[in-house]
Amino acid sequence: MTTLMTSTNADTFLGHLEELKRRSAAPGWLAELRERGLAQYRELGLPKPHDEEWRYTRIDAIAKGKFELVGTKPKSILRAERDLKGFTLDTAGPRLVFVDGCLAPALCRLEAGRGVRVSSLAEAIGGEGDFIGQHLGQYIDITADAFGALNLAFLEDGAVVHVSKRTAVEEPIHLLFVSTAGASPAVSHPHNLIVVEEGAKATVIEDYVSLGEDANFTNAVTELVVGDEAEVEHYLLERESARSLNVSTLRVQQGRQSSFSSHSVLLGGALVRNNVHPVLAGEGSWSLLNGLYVIAGTQHVDNHMRVEHAAAHCDSRQFYRGVLADQASAIFSGRIIVHRGAQKTDAKQNSSSLLLSPDAQTNTKPQLEIYADDVKCTHGATVGQIDEEAIFYLRSRGISEASARGLLIHAFAGESLERMKVAAVRELTERQLLTKLPLGDLVGQVL
Amino acid sequence: MLEIKNLHAQVEGKEILKGLDLMIRPGEVHSIMGPNGSGKSTLAQVLAGRETYGVTQGQVLIDSKDLLDMAPDERAAAGLFLAFQYPVEIPGVSTTQFLKTSLNAIRKARSQKELDAVEFLKLVREKIKLLEMKDDLLKRSVNEGFSGGEKKRFEVFQMALLEPKLAILDETDSGLDIDALRIVAAGVNALRDKQRSFLVITHYQRLLNYIVPDYVHVLLNGRIVRSGGKELALDLEKRGYGWLEQEVGEPIATA
Ligand SMILES: Nc1ncnc2c1ncn2[C@@H]1O[C@H](COP(=O)(O)OP(=O)(O)O)[C@@H](O)[C@H]1O
Ligand SMILES: [Mg+2]
Repeated sequence: MTTLMTSTNADTFLGHLEELKRRSAAPGWLAELRERGLAQYRELGLPKPHDEEWRYTRIDAIAKGKFELVGTKPKSILRAERDLKGFTLDTAGPRLVFVDGCLAPALCRLEAGRGVRVSSLAEAIGGEGDFIGQHLGQYIDITADAFGALNLAFLEDGAVVHVSKRTAVEEPIHLLFVSTAGASPAVSHPHNLIVVEEGAKATVIEDYVSLGEDANFTNAVTELVVGDEAEVEHYLLERESARSLNVSTLRVQQGRQSSFSSHSVLLGGALVRNNVHPVLAGEGSWSLLNGLYVIAGTQHVDNHMRVEHAAAHCDSRQFYRGVLADQASAIFSGRIIVHRGAQKTDAKQNSSSLLLSPDAQTNTKPQLEIYADDVKCTHGATVGQIDEEAIFYLRSRGISEASARGLLIHAFAGESLERMKVAAVRELTERQLLTKLPLGDLVGQVL
Repeated sequence: MLEIKNLHAQVEGKEILKGLDLMIRPGEVHSIMGPNGSGKSTLAQVLAGRETYGVTQGQVLIDSKDLLDMAPDERAAAGLFLAFQYPVEIPGVSTTQFLKTSLNAIRKARSQKELDAVEFLKLVREKIKLLEMKDDLLKRSVNEGFSGGEKKRFEVFQMALLEPKLAILDETDSGLDIDALRIVAAGVNALRDKQRSFLVITHYQRLLNYIVPDYVHVLLNGRIVRSGGKELALDLEKRGYGWLEQEVGEPIATA
């Protein structure tokens, strides 16, 4: 045996174990949870290039990176709203802000209406272990997921949102994760728990931003419970710096007649892996996975959907759209699993991408696993360039080439944006589209 | 207004326009007729600046300026308008957004004040009435799901809105029933004045009963082989293009 095989990969993260132990004494159930994650992580190791689930995504930047574990002290101290440099959203609801993994109380808006509780996980663990212990780590499936396992192994903090039965929360709840620049890049493993009970209604925005250009790595897990007849909208906003690394997993457990939408807006990051995994466990539930990514340079986005139909009469829809410039690359992998007994499943999937450059690349991998016989599943994918005839038509009407391209790109993205109910997210995305791509000045005026 | 001298154009290595000359003065209405595949749309697209077609020889001047040197949007700003034979569907771009962007781009290029939302809407409503179109047009995507007739009317509608100096209509009449044809012709005639010129491309003489041209030219195999007054169109209607082919010794191009 040579020692060549044991590269520094796993060690970078495992090297943080001592520090984690030193920091806080975890209650028994939490220590067990971490132990379970750790054991699984040790067994799996980080994904290898031949790993089917990671085939088109190279994780060298993560595996070979040298990261510090964030935790007790942020790299930069943010005290006031203006320190967030416009990363706030135009929403009035509760807000939790984490800076380099640490809660920044001065920037939080914790007051929530009746029946709603928003707090940090660390605080909740100390407070009422029961509710947390009942849900935390119970939904995420780490059997084949090294990053999920790693997240559990380092479970320490994150956001907790708890909406009680039949409570309707009108304003979106904003969870803002800021990573900042410092002496060296950092890794954080935020773990969020969102429980929306029976008949309740809520919108949660999970938002990743960065101040500065560090190659920070965020390895996030969100477990989301949508109770019977509950209605939840979840937004994932990835708008970190061009060097950031982000792997996030959204695991959703849906009850009877529940309705869930996931909206992913992926604009930032060097390497982004977006796992969305709803399990439609109650009859008559509905799930929408709507995604828009706009990437340039050498950005790589890997969208990994896993929609599990575990009960009868459920509908799911996946709509992903991507705009790729320069040498950007993207994956859309959409797996639909229809379990035995999930009759009358109606599952649709569509991904389409617009390539703005001959060097941009996309891969689409639809996968259907169907164990019931009375189901309707369809998938479709399109990859295209800008329609030059349309460009000519617009130009012949006096519109500059840049503006013509801008109008068409905006129209392409518009289909995803139209499905998003939160105006603040739509507006933010449109603004970022304008700064990110040369859309021409006219488009800005028309919006 | 427009001066075309010895224009040669090709696509994919195939020469389609083979030395075309044409002079249009302000206020004149010229008609180009010719069988399918003779190069009518090629001429229209070359004038509008479609890059698929390569100009290999010749010159085109608009108001004594070199047209071929201008980008398509600059040509529009210079006063050229093309009503497409096959208008392009643009899903996701609303007609309102499109028309406003277009109108203001052109107004800006002409150093006119850009219109605000209210002024714009007022103008659009006026022109919509002129072409007897429905208001819901403004909510739809550009040309998407329009019937053939709606597309043609929308082209003329845009022309009415943009008020070009020279409008080229490429078979705007084809696929129109007689009522739509009358509306379209009325839209064109309403814009006729001493300054504005038209190049009306058509396959049939029928349109020319409504839009009466000053000159009629016959395009055969990439060249204008005969020019005359409006009576030439009637001749062609009666006798077809065969006799001309014989007279000029050119085979009729095939589409
Ligand atoms: N984009 C193109 N690619 C290849 N051939 C073309 C293209 N456009 C036109 N042509 C050819 O050029 C000739 C003239 O076409 P066109 O100008 O459309 O004629 P018309 O409008 O008079 O019917 C035809 O033979 C046609 O097939
Ligand atoms: Mg034609």
